[in-house]
Amino acid sequence: MPDAYKQQIKDTVGDPRLQIAIYNNTGRLVENRKSVVSTEALPGYQGLRDQGHAIKKHTLDHLDHYLELAEKNITARGGKVVYARDSAEACEWIAQLAEKRGVKLLVKSKSMTTEEIELNHALEKRGVEAVETDLGEYILQLNDEKPYHIIAPALHKTRFDVADIFERKLGGAREVVPEKQTQIARRVLREKFLAAGIGVTGANFVVADSGAVVVVENEGNARITSSAPKIHIAVAGLEKLIPRAQDLAVFLKLLARSATGQPLSVYTSFLSPPKRSNEQDGPEEFYLLFLDNGRTRLLADEGKRESLYCIRCGACLNHCPVYRKIGGHSYPWVYSGPIGAIITPQFMGLAKDPWLPYASSLCGACAEVCPVKIDIPKHLLTLRHEVTEMRTREGQNRLEKLAFRLWSYAMRHPRLYESLGKLAAGAAPNPANEAWIKKLPSLLHRGPVAAWLSERDLPPSPAKSFREQWRERQERRHNA
Amino acid sequence: MARRVSIFVTCVIDQMFPQVGLAMADVLERAGCEIDFREAQTCCGQPAFNTGYRDEARQVAKHFAAVFNDAETIVVPSGSCAAMIGHHFAELFDTGESPFHGRVFEFSQFLTDVLGVEDFGARCDAVATYHDSCHSLRELKIKSGPRKLLAQVRGLELREMDAVEECCGFGGTFSVKFANVSGAMARTKIDAIIKTGADTLISADSSCLMQMRGALSRAGSSVRTMHLAEVLASR
Repeated sequence: MPDAYKQQIKDTVGDPRLQIAIYNNTGRLVENRKSVVSTEALPGYQGLRDQGHAIKKHTLDHLDHYLELAEKNITARGGKVVYARDSAEACEWIAQLAEKRGVKLLVKSKSMTTEEIELNHALEKRGVEAVETDLGEYILQLNDEKPYHIIAPALHKTRFDVADIFERKLGGAREVVPEKQTQIARRVLREKFLAAGIGVTGANFVVADSGAVVVVENEGNARITSSAPKIHIAVAGLEKLIPRAQDLAVFLKLLARSATGQPLSVYTSFLSPPKRSNEQDGPEEFYLLFLDNGRTRLLADEGKRESLYCIRCGACLNHCPVYRKIGGHSYPWVYSGPIGAIITPQFMGLAKDPWLPYASSLCGACAEVCPVKIDIPKHLLTLRHEVTEMRTREGQNRLEKLAFRLWSYAMRHPRLYESLGKLAAGAAPNPANEAWIKKLPSLLHRGPVAAWLSERDLPPSPAKSFREQWRERQERRHNA
Repeated sequence: MARRVSIFVTCVIDQMFPQVGLAMADVLERAGCEIDFREAQTCCGQPAFNTGYRDEARQVAKHFAAVFNDAETIVVPSGSCAAMIGHHFAELFDTGESPFHGRVFEFSQFLTDVLGVEDFGARCDAVATYHDSCHSLRELKIKSGPRKLLAQVRGLELREMDAVEECCGFGGTFSVKFANVSGAMARTKIDAIIKTGADTLISADSSCLMQMRGALSRAGSSVRTMHLAEVLASR
């Protein structure tokens, strides 16, 4: 595990202010969700999860069909579908379009997919200014940070942090009241909306049978982004397709409830650009950019394909006791939390961050709340297996492998197991405290026992194991 | 005729908390069971399985399978090990279902769901709070059973803690691979435990208890930890 992440985790866990912000903000989302998915509030909730899973499964099992259908429908009404193999291709295509149309300013609504391809930085290098118009994203863009959370990008920021950032970057009087802060952002962003030549949105869903793009949001900025500029580009991962508009009856019930605990988001836009000849408003050009960036690699793996079912609600982050301690920036990619821990290695390759699938206590809270029933712990276990296989092949885990082989041998030989147990019990401290470990040679200070004792005490070792006491118990009974 | 029950005490209880295994045997005998303890038993293989060493885990699982092959009913004082044997063995053996599915039971589950007994005549003077261990709760769907059992214990007052379904942070090798994160999770958990004013923390998994006990002790708390079996065996 790279030291940078170790340090990031250590700093986050050790920052009481940050800990309270993460715990309380995710906790609020947890409570909100609970109230809207209860049996009283939504009697068919579990059935909806099954349906959501089934629809996603069907779509991804027949992705070629639905991609063609969506493309046909979008093309028929004057839009264009573009496919990008990876981040570089996607960013390059958008930069070239901006160049061709002479666009120097582009506005964006909140989209994890554009975070994934790091569009803002790519455009900046090409002399195009890209401005985030979601309030949380805008705050982070000003401060040059990655999103902390899939749906609440500035989850870790207090209003005082925001006041500092606005004062430093925008000038003007320091303002700590959130409503006033929103007004400041609104004043800046209105001008950007009016001047921008291109609007980039994500897509929560792409409906194949009509070619409509569905964008779910709370601030209304995605509506303006997709309607004010002359050109609208929607960037969507291939997995965002759903077959029919009717399927939204399932997903829209699940998405906002799982994400923020709202029955429905404030704005749900069904977009079918470009504008028709008889329409006054809307973009003149529309492009749907489908991004692969590792998704087809995952699609080929039937065992783990369901990771692509994710609708990016963020519920698994809010319920993850590990995310709630280490926060969003301790994960190596824009996708954090349990879903990030499984899709990062699957999209980017195992070798990049092999430690990631281990950053979980396997408590299963993520799978319990996933609206499309992705079995995240199962995939974490599979990935751990793949990581150890890879590290074994490359000879990177010789000590750990040896330890587990010896352990496995001992566990298959009960007498050896018992003798080793006695030996360990003899060496164990009684009473337990941290001092004894310091008497051992320094080599052992790095071992698992030292790691355990760095945080907690160890119970005193019993004088006799269960099996020894059981034998005595049986003997006593026999003699009685 | 007495019901014959094979007990798998788990390596953690065998080596670290033998009194839990003895308490479980006492409670089962009190319920009229005849106990079969197979000396060749060791571990279910979970530590290796959860760390990604499936070959090593499979070897240990095969040993378990050989030892308990003909056992009709296996009772385990750990939801985590019971789930490993009843569920995850399927992945190791590449069979649709674990060969032990339907005949391996977590201790409390066996008492409430199979024997249908809730009162064991136990007495334990304590103000207690109960921690749902994650694997009992989410893999075995055990929630109300342990509380029903505890409700019958004389002298025991049960107080629910905040965020009772939140993980204690143990997670097997996670506890040492990410020690500082695991420790932080444990501290959040013990804050909730201490807030109830309970003097006793009860759970049905000794590994979780070891984690929380270690954190309680490190924090200088006097809250004691007891396995559910110990409480039910108390007189």
